[in-house]
Amino acid sequence: MFRFIFGRLAVLIPTFLGVSIIAFSFIRLLPGDPVMLMSGERVMSPERHTQIMHQLGLDRPMYVQYFDYLTGLLTGDFGSSIVTKRPVLDDFLQLFPATLELALCAIIVAMVLGIPAGVFAAVKRGTWFDQSIMGVALVGYSMPIFWWGLLLIIFFSGYLGWTPVSGRISAMYFFPPVTGFMLIDSLLSGQTGAFKSAATYLILPTVVLSTIPLAVIARQTRSAMLEVLGEDYVRTARAKGLSPFRVIGVHALRNAMIPVITTIGLQVGVLLAGAILTESIFSWPGIGKWMVDSVFKRDYAVVQGGLMLIAGVIMIVNLVVDLLYGWINPRIRH
Amino acid sequence: MSIVQNTAETKTGGTPPSGLSEFWYYFSRNKGAVIGLFVFLFILFMAIFAPFVAPHSPSIQNRELLLLPPVFQQGGSWGHILGTDAVGRDILSRIIYGARFSLFIGLVVVTLSVVSGVLIGLVAGYFRGKVDTFIMRIMDIILAFPSLLLALVLVAVLGPGLLNAMIAISLVNQPHFVRLTRAAVMTEKLKDYVVGSKVAGAGTLRLMFLTILPNCLAPLIVQATLAFSAAILDAAALGFLGMGAQPPTPEWGTMLAEAREFIQRAWWVVTFPGLAILITVLAINLMGDGLRDALDPKLKRS
Repeated sequence: MFRFIFGRLAVLIPTFLGVSIIAFSFIRLLPGDPVMLMSGERVMSPERHTQIMHQLGLDRPMYVQYFDYLTGLLTGDFGSSIVTKRPVLDDFLQLFPATLELALCAIIVAMVLGIPAGVFAAVKRGTWFDQSIMGVALVGYSMPIFWWGLLLIIFFSGYLGWTPVSGRISAMYFFPPVTGFMLIDSLLSGQTGAFKSAATYLILPTVVLSTIPLAVIARQTRSAMLEVLGEDYVRTARAKGLSPFRVIGVHALRNAMIPVITTIGLQVGVLLAGAILTESIFSWPGIGKWMVDSVFKRDYAVVQGGLMLIAGVIMIVNLVVDLLYGWINPRIRH
Repeated sequence: MSIVQNTAETKTGGTPPSGLSEFWYYFSRNKGAVIGLFVFLFILFMAIFAPFVAPHSPSIQNRELLLLPPVFQQGGSWGHILGTDAVGRDILSRIIYGARFSLFIGLVVVTLSVVSGVLIGLVAGYFRGKVDTFIMRIMDIILAFPSLLLALVLVAVLGPGLLNAMIAISLVNQPHFVRLTRAAVMTEKLKDYVVGSKVAGAGTLRLMFLTILPNCLAPLIVQATLAFSAAILDAAALGFLGMGAQPPTPEWGTMLAEAREFIQRAWWVVTFPGLAILITVLAINLMGDGLRDALDPKLKRS
């Protein structure tokens, strides 16, 4: 197991270097003058230009600049915003809990609904029940989620007036962030109605963000279950006279979960990509909206740092999924 | 494959069926796939003959009919079946013309990412060793970013627009083809028929492209279908974020972006372009499921 962990970590190093090269060259590939871009000034004299060039260290050879950037990354320096001058890492850490809360709620909803749906569809294979679940799953899988979000807003916020349109909690409530998770913080604050308010703000973004993972998990669970249900040990378990619930829930599901866990791990990238759209629609103050806003504000230092940090999160999650997978399924370690 | 041909032979009574009829036999057993195919052909027809099918021009603004509701709602008229948008353009006509963009985007993206992905994957899987390691590490790097974020940033570098959006989406789609081709080539390469043609004196290029590649096509065709629908979704998402096709292009995602501010007043401006995206993507995904049933020998046996 130790060798397995070590091997996985070793593969991560070149990926990390590659990602850092992409983030580093991104700013230099942009059309226009890097000095103008990084200093955020519009017009400047040639003397000022040389001076800033020197100040930002852009007159040094490329490899020195890259090495500098890399040592900065390793010491937690991801650059500073051109617009607000705040360190990118601070903004990221402040906004990340909002995205994490939304993504966690979405993946929990997707698992809680998707796994049973897939299991039932597999057990009832070929019936109208199976066909309608899989039909709905395919629609969910094909859904342009930015449009889905707008439809939900039209119906639930506009027509029925049940849910708010944007933000994380009603402006009526104010309390200092403790965990950064609005659901937990609102409970901790002890203010009546705060939790309910946070929940109503969370519900539509969660539905939108969970749509595609839910469909993928349901489809994957169904096909994994179908494969496992045909195995000899399931027949043996049935022949022993175990209850159908025990055969399906324990003998079959446990083995079918292995590919499903991989699928769930792969949804992290999907969730973060989905967060870009979901957060833009619902004005959810997370890293997805932050990145889109930064692209539009031409705050390229933030985009550069954000790219690096988001790729870092994905690499870490993938590593954890890999290790979990190796732990559940020892054959993969070799 | 031999098992499949045997079963198909017994059904047709001795004469071996052509590859195409065998394919159609399995494809048509999936009802959803056939429906998907017909819907897709209908959309394709609309896209090709848009100037003849569309009731109005997609760009002419009718100042007297701003935000006209669709025909089935009070105040609507048969002149504009799906209503008009905020500057008085006919929504149905814009959707019909928009099909051109979406299908074109899908086609270009799939072609670009399949050609480059298959070539790179073939090289990685055939030669293995250092080349393989190098290629796969680069693919890991591309896959370390959420695809939409990478596409968004690439478009920021290249400048917003349809062409750049297509290039960016191809690039983020391509690693899937590299991985798939590589895995297929690695299993095929060890099989007897490949060793046989090598012993018979086939050169490297012949082995790669004529011996191995045709036997790896089944999963690639299925993946290409999925990539086609994913490309349409991604391009629409970029358009929606303002980084894809630029207004007044009648691209579906761009139309949604323009319509966003009217969601409380005019639901039809938002609903129909998105419905067009959903139906197109759904039709292609239905076809993809049918293709997998027809091409995956592992599933056929069950």
